[in-house]
Amino acid sequence: MENEVPLIKVTIDGQEIRVPVGSTIMEAARQIGPSVAPPAMCYYKPLQGSGGKCRACLVKVMAGSEKDPRPMPKLVASCITGAQDGMVVENFTNPEVVEARKGVVEFLLINHPLDCPVCDQAGECHLQDFAFENGVGEKRFVEEKRTFEPEDIGDKVQLHMNRCILCYRCVYTANQLTEKRVHGVMGRGDHAQISTYIKNSLESDFYGNVIDVCPVGALTDKTYRFKSRVWFSKPVDAHCDCDKCSGKVQIWYKGDEVIRVTARKNQWGEVEDFICNTCRFEKKKTSDWVIEGPSKIARNSVIAQNKYGLNQGKKPEYALNYAATNFKKIDDSREYNQNLDQIKKSEDYKALMQKNDKFFSKEKSLK
Amino acid sequence: MANNIKILTEHINTPGIETFEVYRKTGGYNAVEKAIKKMSPDEIVEEVKKSGIRGRGGAGFPMGMKWSFLAKPEGVPRYLVCNADESEPGTFKDHYLMKSIPHLLIEGMIVSSYALGANKSFIYVRGELMYVVRILEKAIEEAKAAGFLGKNILGSGYDLELVVQPGGGAYICGEETALLESLEGKRGNPRNKPPFPAVKGLYQSPTVVNNVESIANTPWVINHGGDEYAKIGIGRSTGTKLISASGHIKNPGVYEITLGLPVDEFMNSDQYLGGVRDGHYLKAVVAGGSSVPILPAHLFYKTANGEDRLMSYESLSDGGFPTGTMLGSGGFIAMDETTCIVRNTWNFSRFYHHESCGQCSPCREGTGWMEKVLHRIEHGHGTMSDIDLLVDVSKKIEGNTICPLGDAAAWPVASAIRHFRDEFEWHIKHPNEATKPGAVFMGAEILA
Ligand SMILES: Cc1cc2nc3c(=O)[nH]c(=O)nc-3n(C[C@H](O)[C@H](O)[C@H](O)COP(=O)(O)O)c2cc1C
Ligand code: SF4
Ligand code: SF4
Ligand code: FES
Repeated sequence: MENEVPLIKVTIDGQEIRVPVGSTIMEAARQIGPSVAPPAMCYYKPLQGSGGKCRACLVKVMAGSEKDPRPMPKLVASCITGAQDGMVVENFTNPEVVEARKGVVEFLLINHPLDCPVCDQAGECHLQDFAFENGVGEKRFVEEKRTFEPEDIGDKVQLHMNRCILCYRCVYTANQLTEKRVHGVMGRGDHAQISTYIKNSLESDFYGNVIDVCPVGALTDKTYRFKSRVWFSKPVDAHCDCDKCSGKVQIWYKGDEVIRVTARKNQWGEVEDFICNTCRFEKKKTSDWVIEGPSKIARNSVIAQNKYGLNQGKKPEYALNYAATNFKKIDDSREYNQNLDQIKKSEDYKALMQKNDKFFSKEKSLK
Repeated sequence: MANNIKILTEHINTPGIETFEVYRKTGGYNAVEKAIKKMSPDEIVEEVKKSGIRGRGGAGFPMGMKWSFLAKPEGVPRYLVCNADESEPGTFKDHYLMKSIPHLLIEGMIVSSYALGANKSFIYVRGELMYVVRILEKAIEEAKAAGFLGKNILGSGYDLELVVQPGGGAYICGEETALLESLEGKRGNPRNKPPFPAVKGLYQSPTVVNNVESIANTPWVINHGGDEYAKIGIGRSTGTKLISASGHIKNPGVYEITLGLPVDEFMNSDQYLGGVRDGHYLKAVVAGGSSVPILPAHLFYKTANGEDRLMSYESLSDGGFPTGTMLGSGGFIAMDETTCIVRNTWNFSRFYHHESCGQCSPCREGTGWMEKVLHRIEHGHGTMSDIDLLVDVSKKIEGNTICPLGDAAAWPVASAIRHFRDEFEWHIKHPNEATKPGAVFMGAEILA
């Protein structure tokens, strides 16, 4: 055929793939599959111009192309670097890449509050995944973190700047989906912050999408905040007839209640169709929607826990059996227990217990 | 080899040289006449290539090569942008040149624009230098009145409009693609490359960005020919270079030196810096602006192989990172034994922390991290593991960022630890002594 785009051959972590001319390394790797696809914290295919910022996707180019097989001197950001015919790329198999990526995880976390226990995004957070898969368990940063106060940037969206990793996704979303450009970055360096200039609030039929594109819990849905941990809710694909957007959404149930509506996302966490604010914030009844069926959730996702049939149904039993057969009786003869008698006789202990008694009796009377 | 030749500063002390009349009398604007009346744009590019001149903004990229990379699609304008953002600590040569002899830059802009086929060119001046903006604008008016600028220059049919644009005072806007963003009225974030400015620069059109000093050399190249220029200097370091010298030296200031001048002569002869101030001796040198690796005095005078160092791109970088440095932008900072390297490194780090644009995570977070750790060490709260931590953080920034600011932030820290590790250790081991005002580690004795 005449119009067919010519294909080029790219090798990533030893796996070959043919992709159309003009593809990036990231696109080629994603075609092979998740086992070789570099992590992406800023690149977001639906958003034009995104990428290149977080450096999570750095890879080593071992051979530039068939014509010029020299390696590239520096690691390159795979999301913005074009693939060439005969290019050989190393991702998870290259120690330099692994090391640099550890660095990126560490950098992204040093000013991050690590407040996952109180963050709505926990369980569907790309930073959690990225850190878990590519980081190290220790922290070396002992300095004070930079902090900001949470801020409403629209009647339905709250910004927790502390959690933001400055991926600029929301900025591109606001620029590309909404008419007025009021959402951007103020300041520089690690004191840069997402802002709506002079607390201008976001108002447009589509601004709610900034919540979906945010990889972390920096932009949260005020109609959903603190309603549930994400793994206690159940996502269902649904649609409606909407005159502003495609109406294709995911609705999240807790029991029989629709607690949140989001856009549907693909395997890479990217929104398939941006949805309008009416669908997102206002249609919170089952009767607003035509249900298509349970959303596909990756089995290893925490959201899949306790849901859908066999596999999960068996799990608690398995855990109980495991616990029953594998743990020995607790050995109670350790030193501190022997000292317990002595401790109990001490004045400090008595004073403490008195205080406790008072406190607990107060608690009880309150109830 | 012509030594001691002054290409840029020959007439700089002539009274009234900032005016068109005096500048013209010293032979100014002859290059415009020659270029526009007798030469084709391609011939000029050829001369610049032959001259071997390398960009004076820091990276030292051959100027003629950069010009020949400029894409020339039909029907798309091309732009020349002069980078006058000069904000690197230690560098103040462009400032000096522009305020003293503004017409030299204007003349260079005209011939360069003509060579590149640009009809609108920009000079992006560091925001703090508003008075220089006015000086340049006045010079532009004068040149226009004399027919060297504007429509139909010297009756040739070639039009050129020159625009002086003050920046907002951000170091990062000196990075060429951040500069272009800023010039377009956007936030000064460096762009991802490729595409390079030569293909998609200002307003997505092919653009050349050159430093003030680079452009100021072009009139001489046109007047005397590229071959003549290439005879000056040494090896691939052709021509002269402005060095802005500061620190503990007898004669601080801006010097035009012929590339290849022995470092010893530059440092110690009375014609140049006159040596370290009396009663003190040289401890360390930052030879090319705050971003280049710092060198201890012995490695500054002689390379690791024992050869005398010269003021040239090649000689200064001899030894690579382990024992060499870079000519950079020519911001020469000399430090005598009263300088605390830890404090100095912290100070540099503070600058890069403050100036990082915050786009990419290694630089945004890493510069702040390094600054905080250095601050801690300097103030007596460091631990031994902090030193290796700094080295590791600098390694994780270097080469992994969008623009070279990340490298520029990493190198001073890595090199200071490489060459002055014992000083860092002393700070950590003896916090009480180290935090006394003026305390400096000097091996066996301590200066306090
Ligand atoms: C952070 C940063 C700051 C820079 N600042 C300047 C500057 O102030 N002036 C300058 O001429 N070049 C500066 N540069 C270099 C420019 O990016 C660019 O290389 C230069 O203007 C090209 O001109 P040249 O080839 O004539 O040297 C800077 C680069 C970086 C990475
Ligand atoms: S708020 Fe979220 S989407 Fe916006 S830059 Fe920060 S992390 Fe990215
Ligand atoms: S290296 Fe620093 S200054 Fe350059 S783009 Fe990245 S964050 Fe901005
Ligand atoms: S995903 Fe490529 S740099 Fe962020």
